[in-house]
Amino acid sequence: MNFDFSDEQKQMRDAARKFLAEKCPPKAVREVLDGKATYDKALWKGLAEMGFLGVAIPEEFGGAGAGHLELCVIAEEMGRALAPVPFSSTVYLAAEALLLAGSDAQKQKWLPKIASGEAIGTLALFEGKGNPSPQAIKLSASGGTLSGVKKPVPDGAIADFAFVAARTGSTGRDADISLFLVDLKAGGVEVRSLTNIDPTHGQAELTFKNCKAEPLGAAGEGWGILTQVLDRAAVLMAFEQVGGSDRALEMGRDYALDRIAFGRPIGSFQAVKHILADMYVSATLARSNCYYGAWALSTNASELPEAAAAARISATQAFQHCSKNNIQVHGGMGFTWEFDCHMYYRRANATAVTLGSLSYWEDQLIDRMRKKNAA
Amino acid sequence: MDLKDDSMNFDDTPQEAAFRAEAKAWIGANAPKQYEEELRKSSLGRTVLKGANILEVAKAWQKKKADAGWACLHWPKEYGGRGSSPIERVIWQQEEGPFGKLSGMFIIGHGMCGPTMMAFAGEEEKRKYLPPLASGEKVWCQLFSEPAGGSDVAGLRTRAEKQGDDWIINGQKIWTSGAHYSDYGILLTRTDPNVAKHKGLTMFFLDMKSPGVEVRPIKQASGQSDFNEVYFTDVKIPDSQRLGAVNDGWNVSLTTLMNERMSIGAGVSTGFPELFDFCNSLMLDDGPAIEDRSVRSRLANYAVKASGLKYTSMRAISALSKGDRPGPENSIGKLVAGSMVQEVAMYALDLQGAAGVLSGPEDAEIAGKFQAMLLRAPGTRVEGGTDEIMRNIIAERVLGLPGDIRVDKDVPFNKIPTKGRA
Repeated sequence: MNFDFSDEQKQMRDAARKFLAEKCPPKAVREVLDGKATYDKALWKGLAEMGFLGVAIPEEFGGAGAGHLELCVIAEEMGRALAPVPFSSTVYLAAEALLLAGSDAQKQKWLPKIASGEAIGTLALFEGKGNPSPQAIKLSASGGTLSGVKKPVPDGAIADFAFVAARTGSTGRDADISLFLVDLKAGGVEVRSLTNIDPTHGQAELTFKNCKAEPLGAAGEGWGILTQVLDRAAVLMAFEQVGGSDRALEMGRDYALDRIAFGRPIGSFQAVKHILADMYVSATLARSNCYYGAWALSTNASELPEAAAAARISATQAFQHCSKNNIQVHGGMGFTWEFDCHMYYRRANATAVTLGSLSYWEDQLIDRMRKKNAA
Repeated sequence: MDLKDDSMNFDDTPQEAAFRAEAKAWIGANAPKQYEEELRKSSLGRTVLKGANILEVAKAWQKKKADAGWACLHWPKEYGGRGSSPIERVIWQQEEGPFGKLSGMFIIGHGMCGPTMMAFAGEEEKRKYLPPLASGEKVWCQLFSEPAGGSDVAGLRTRAEKQGDDWIINGQKIWTSGAHYSDYGILLTRTDPNVAKHKGLTMFFLDMKSPGVEVRPIKQASGQSDFNEVYFTDVKIPDSQRLGAVNDGWNVSLTTLMNERMSIGAGVSTGFPELFDFCNSLMLDDGPAIEDRSVRSRLANYAVKASGLKYTSMRAISALSKGDRPGPENSIGKLVAGSMVQEVAMYALDLQGAAGVLSGPEDAEIAGKFQAMLLRAPGTRVEGGTDEIMRNIIAERVLGLPGDIRVDKDVPFNKIPTKGRA
């Protein structure tokens, strides 16, 4: 048994941390937060040059061909740095969908562009409020064109292509849903940026009007593919959330060591220490659930669906817990725009819902545990 | 080397697989199978065997293991162990399964007293006392806590006074698990009340049958009696049974407590598997509980805590097998599981409605398992370090936050106030 990352993977994590500390300090995140840029283009280019965008993409498609464990350690660092780039949409959603269900031609066309940073991809799944479900998909496909509205679409305003979940049947079953690949720069899609709680990561509304689209995967298999993509993205996103949790905990710890009140560091008061201890506990439980998810993802184990749901729930809880209590430990200063605490709070609560909210994943986890139990 | 050789995996190495096969075969041929079902079903707060004395069954199993070289796997062979690696110990625990519950009465002896003896007793004493401790023929307890010092254990008042080659002990210990069936104990005493409290303590081991030792069971809030008060009246201990230097007992006790954390992998009880099974078969007024939205949400939240603890422990085992020392971060197991088991029990009663009040094995749901869990749970959040002490340990020793301001730190012990409101 080895339930840890290898030395090479840890070295890659250190390299990513060092790179992001230099290229993505809070000042850079604030450029996007303050609306001066839609994303950090220089950072995106740098990530491509480091080989991070294609780390899990096979070499034949222009990637580094390393694997998903390597991608997990990079995801953690992206979350820690709050990197304001379309990493999750492009790498966890679009690249994973292509790898799972893309034709050879589709992979040849898009994967090298993802790895090189030339193309931003995303998944257009949601249509207003609600969690992932085949019934919620109204956008329709006919004769190779799509009509309907998707929102919110992560990074939809800056994406070059999107996977779109569309209705191709009306039997009330999962087989009514098919996936399509749309070149967003080819016309036929109206894009509107949406204000959201985390301005460092854009959300958009995409309106498709008889928009040309090519199928991704077989007709009627869209929901099955989507479920798998969401599971894989859940593990990767959970690593981002754990990275963010750890950083929020460190910020709270550092402030508690430096801030003096009543003649002593506030970190010497048990009321404050215990808040920080509980943050450590939730971040640790999440990290451990994530490691199991990473193992399942990297080995494509039959345990992946259950492991992904557990990692997702645990990491969502931890990031929300750590980011809100980081503000609490900082007191009034934590509630200022000037301090970085709110950026973690915003990211935590955005990532908590964008990939399906807690109630969706709780349902998934229990269904999957029951299935295992019955087997 | 293939780059992927050290990738995450749960597979046994060939040596580990061989060890597992050997352990499995031996357990299959030797374990007391007649109790397997009862042990499998028993959970926190109620490990009982019908028609058998569990202490005798436990001692017989331990002796059998020792005779075949399967006791105290991680101890050196000369002291009754097997000299196994941490990972082999974990494999053994996995294979021993429900029979591992029979080891409960030996946990303190094997996990804390034995390692302390190994670190501080003379060679002759180690060879004399450790093998029968390993084999379960002799049971040990740990005498640290006192009415005046539980969390603040250095505030203890039991006196040891030198008289010739002996020490004379007077005082009282409390919360001593298993003192009523223990043969020996390790005892922390005050030898100098004129210096600061941590600096005047000395550790001994003693025969619990010594004249002047009186054990009185404490009836716990759960109705059971696992703990005791132990009174010492002019008890004589030879100086050869002193562990560590005079007045260095605090450092000796830190070794004991450090070893408590070494016993990772023993697994903490969260109550989750029991709750999941219960919900999986429970019918509510409007359908199966497991299909109820609120039940599913609660279950999912408990599930990720339970799996988080499980995989935290596996990470620790992985680190241990690479030679890292386990650190205070392992305190989270007890902290999380302690309050979780209490919440789980309360929730299971809630799901039972008014019938949740019943606790008799005949009438209560699944023989009153959750009711027993509920009544035992408050103790788990206090014993072996309260939730608050666990949080202090994490905050100070993992996160590096300042220690509490200790107003009695530099005050001679006999000048420390002993009453709050006068």
